[in-house]
Amino acid sequence: MANALSIKDLKKEYANGTVALKGVSLDIPEGDFFALLGPNGAGKTTIIGITAGLVNKSSGTVSVFGSDINTDTEQAKTNIGLVGQEVNFNPFEKPLDIVVNQAGYYGIPRSIAIPRAKQILTDLGLAEKMDKTAMSLSGGMKRRLMIARALVNEPKFLILDEPTAGVDVELRRGMWEYLTGLSKKGLTILLTTHYLEEAEQLCKHVAIINKGEIVEQGAMEDVLKRNESSTNTDSKFRGGRLEEVFIKLTSEK
Amino acid sequence: MNTYQLWISYYTMLRKDVVRLFRIWVQTFLPSVITSALYFLIFGTVLGSRIGTMQGVNYMTFVVPGLVMLAVITNAYSNTSFTFFQSKFFMRSIDEILVSPTPPWLLIAGFVSGGVVRGILVGTLVMLISAFFTGLHLTIANIGIIFVFGVLTAVVFALAGLVNGVYAKSMDAINIVPTFVLTPMTYLGGVFYSVHSLPQFAQYVTYVNPVFYLINGFRYGFLGVADIAIWISFAVLFGIIAVLFAINWYLIRTGLGLKQ
Repeated sequence: MANALSIKDLKKEYANGTVALKGVSLDIPEGDFFALLGPNGAGKTTIIGITAGLVNKSSGTVSVFGSDINTDTEQAKTNIGLVGQEVNFNPFEKPLDIVVNQAGYYGIPRSIAIPRAKQILTDLGLAEKMDKTAMSLSGGMKRRLMIARALVNEPKFLILDEPTAGVDVELRRGMWEYLTGLSKKGLTILLTTHYLEEAEQLCKHVAIINKGEIVEQGAMEDVLKRNESSTNTDSKFRGGRLEEVFIKLTSEK
Repeated sequence: MNTYQLWISYYTMLRKDVVRLFRIWVQTFLPSVITSALYFLIFGTVLGSRIGTMQGVNYMTFVVPGLVMLAVITNAYSNTSFTFFQSKFFMRSIDEILVSPTPPWLLIAGFVSGGVVRGILVGTLVMLISAFFTGLHLTIANIGIIFVFGVLTAVVFALAGLVNGVYAKSMDAINIVPTFVLTPMTYLGGVFYSVHSLPQFAQYVTYVNPVFYLINGFRYGFLGVADIAIWISFAVLFGIIAVLFAINWYLIRTGLGLKQ
């Protein structure tokens, strides 16, 4: 079985000299719910940007279901759905139009895209808002609209870059339930989040990145067991198991 | 993507832009119509009656092709430069297309077509206004030449606007080019006068201005007379289109000014 995402020795240096990735290698098996965790500025969004075609890599290879993103770009992109970190749709458009247009960019005709978009928007609780302008949506609704937009091309690989940032607890739980349902149907999901307890519960595999390097990766339970014994106990506060491992592996000390 | 999927993607980009154009018609269509009406009133009716004839026709009739072309040029240019920059800089909604399998050449075609539609629609409105000021005595020598030159000119400036939109890093960069490059080129390209009325040196300078060739061809379609042979205008147009398309393709393919 081909990996949904295969990254080999990926390096990225930005024009201002910032080295974001120092040779990252990563494999995400098909059907996995994979957590890519790291502190702010660790390189998570750069990996996602390169995979989705929004950032140019310096060197290394990235392939999606066996299709190289540079030599077989169209096929690689056909398999991807992206929910970016920032809200990036035209607020003057209607949610239904935003989702249907996104389908159009993948070559899906409106006769198929419109009912599909309505179904996804309804599933995500946006049925009543689909004909209002997107600027009238709340923060949580905008996040759900971005998920709807990423799903309309029926991707095999969904990338979620902090999809629940700023979303309240109830809505977040609803979003996780929805995405877990999609994962059970076979959708491969790559998730970055700062809600580590949720990542611990949801994800089968995890990679932790710090300063452009993968410092730990593997099955969630294996990673926890490998690192639990020596977690930082100096702090007055103690989080969940993954949080303690995360702090230990990414701490400046 | 197969041919049908490419068509769907192209249609999506064009439809989205045309819907936007009509949704904000007060901003997209009306300004050029008002400006052109003022030009016709001042340069055509008030001053034109004192100028007499140019290339064998009265000044109002002479100036119509230039003003129509002026509207086509500015609208095609500003449509692509502004919409692309806006989607790149403010909303980052250009990512919707960049993450999709839509190839760079089709992205160019989609944005340029939006600019062409706006340029041609506004140009047509200005032509209708001119009919009013010329007392419905609008001279048309060859409607085919008018249409072809109108579309090709819109393509040229939509492509130029796209280069500006892709490469611009600030709103200033979007405004500087039309103000300091496009407007002088257009006004000095023969909108309001025949190149033969200029001193010899100024004529040579005009010959290196690409806008001159566009207005020349367009005017030929209206009046049946031109400053230079029509085939030269065609050759220059196609040459500019090829160069601008190549620049756009390179910028978008490599992500220069677009991707980090």
